[in-house]
Amino acid sequence: MRTVKKKKYRGTAKSGPLLLIALPGILYLLINNYIPMFGIFLAFKDYDFVKGIFKSDWCGFKNFKYLFSQDAFTITRNTILYNLAFIVLGTVFAIFIAILMCELGKKARVKFFQSSLLLPNLLSWVVIGFIGFAFLNSDTGFINNTLIKFFGGEPVAWYTTSKYWPWILILVYLWKNAGYSSIIYMASISGIDKSIYEAAQIDGATKIKQIRHITLPMIKPTVVIMTLMAVGRIFFSDFGLFYQVPMNSGALYNVTQTIDTYVYHGLMELNDVGMSAAAGLYQSLIGFILVVTANAIVRKVDKDNALF
Amino acid sequence: MKMTDEKKFQRIATIFLTILTVITLLPILLIVIASFTSEQSLLADGYSFFPKKWSLDAYRYMLNQGKTIFRAYGISILVTVVGTVVSVLVTAMLAYPMSRRNFKYRNALSFFVFFTMLFNGGIVASYMMYSKFFHIKDTIYALMIPNYLVTAFNVFLIRNYYSNNIPEALIEAAQIDGATELRTFFRVIIPLSVPSIATVSLFTSLCYWNDWVNGLYYIRDAKYFGIQNLLIKIMNNVEFLKSGSSNLIGTGNMNLPGTSVRMAMAVIGILPIIIIYPFIQKHFIKGVVVGAVKG
Repeated sequence: MRTVKKKKYRGTAKSGPLLLIALPGILYLLINNYIPMFGIFLAFKDYDFVKGIFKSDWCGFKNFKYLFSQDAFTITRNTILYNLAFIVLGTVFAIFIAILMCELGKKARVKFFQSSLLLPNLLSWVVIGFIGFAFLNSDTGFINNTLIKFFGGEPVAWYTTSKYWPWILILVYLWKNAGYSSIIYMASISGIDKSIYEAAQIDGATKIKQIRHITLPMIKPTVVIMTLMAVGRIFFSDFGLFYQVPMNSGALYNVTQTIDTYVYHGLMELNDVGMSAAAGLYQSLIGFILVVTANAIVRKVDKDNALF
Repeated sequence: MKMTDEKKFQRIATIFLTILTVITLLPILLIVIASFTSEQSLLADGYSFFPKKWSLDAYRYMLNQGKTIFRAYGISILVTVVGTVVSVLVTAMLAYPMSRRNFKYRNALSFFVFFTMLFNGGIVASYMMYSKFFHIKDTIYALMIPNYLVTAFNVFLIRNYYSNNIPEALIEAAQIDGATELRTFFRVIIPLSVPSIATVSLFTSLCYWNDWVNGLYYIRDAKYFGIQNLLIKIMNNVEFLKSGSSNLIGTGNMNLPGTSVRMAMAVIGILPIIIIYPFIQKHFIKGVVVGAVKG
């Protein structure tokens, strides 16, 4: 990509006109991103809808005390464990798909499979919620009406039975994202020097051996970096997956609620602004520390791939 | 021996990928088939890949009674088009000074944009700000402005394209000829950065078309529902579809095939994506690679 030679430039550009061009974007980020950063004080207020944002009483760490005595453990556990499962299984699947794609040889086939596997990534979580509903609803769902009838067994009330949900959510995540993540590993594999494989072939290495001793070690840096980046985001979850797919079913909260759905639930359904803000601040702060740490490690591994 | 090994592997890869592709596509196929299934079949046998009786009732119903649906579709199109155009323009304008190596505040501006990737004030504060100070609730702006208009990811994607593909000498030449910065941006930079602009437009329009979160937070009045939020509404209450149609017209009391209409609505919601998918697929993949390598 870096084709343009970087020269020394004479003088500096006039700042005024350039700042003016950037101004709409600067204003937007100020409003959309920076002003809310100062809004974290809401976490220390006993929010009262009558008194409003600034006139509500301060309450110190009360919101946090309440949060940590109640739900903090469950939502933290869910957020982290799901993300860990996604990182591990997601990476394994993505690499598996990428290796298969690179072994196909025929371009038309690659294009067909890649387009198909990528398709779920372009669907909204609402539509995926509908697809889930077509499979899982207890009266007319495909699983209860066809699969369970065929293989025998009792129909399951999926949307109120929490024990299956960790598997369902992981499956839906992989279905939506595996094709997408495999693109990055495909790019990484196709960057490997072909002459290495030719040399290995001459030495009599089988395909399996080539994958194990050439492909996997060569893409290791990509894997390490993608994983570190994902670990940096481990405190954040995909709101759509945990809200739309379980249809916001209260009976499943124990295994489906993550920090993001908890904040939504507190703010929009329970009107508990203080506690939602506390949960949000908890997420932002730990998230910030994790991103910065992950990046520091990435920079040690490979300076070019660090965010900063 | 070596050749057979390669051939054997090609075959294994094809088989595995065929299985994965079938698993990936079947769920989407299920809702498409359900939308063409007669309501009686659906209620009696459930969702099935081989329905006993096919029917176009769901689509017929949507055409006859579709005021609510057409309106939501219109809102989604409007939000997607206007949102994408404004977003890409503002993003490209913000990226331009960041790519100018002799711009004094280049690093400060880059950090200003970059920091939004590291820390955020959380949804509570931004919800309070947008709803209490900007009174954005139940307006069309609520669907376009919060969260998506300018994202650091897109800014850096375009910035990197500028700095890697547009020689600074070209900008210098334009300015020696007397072009202002604004003129340089629109006459030199924009025409030369079409690929990156296309990629960002693609990501942004998908994001607006598929968004339901802004609607969930800021829209109560069904007048402003886009297609995604209408889908959420009818999942809970399919009768809602009747609300927009007047009973004075002869067809007003047509029975609502609730189960199949739901799925037909979902199909309608993904239709634009399926239609343009063959054309965008290549750019989409390129964009993912470029974005992932360095944001």
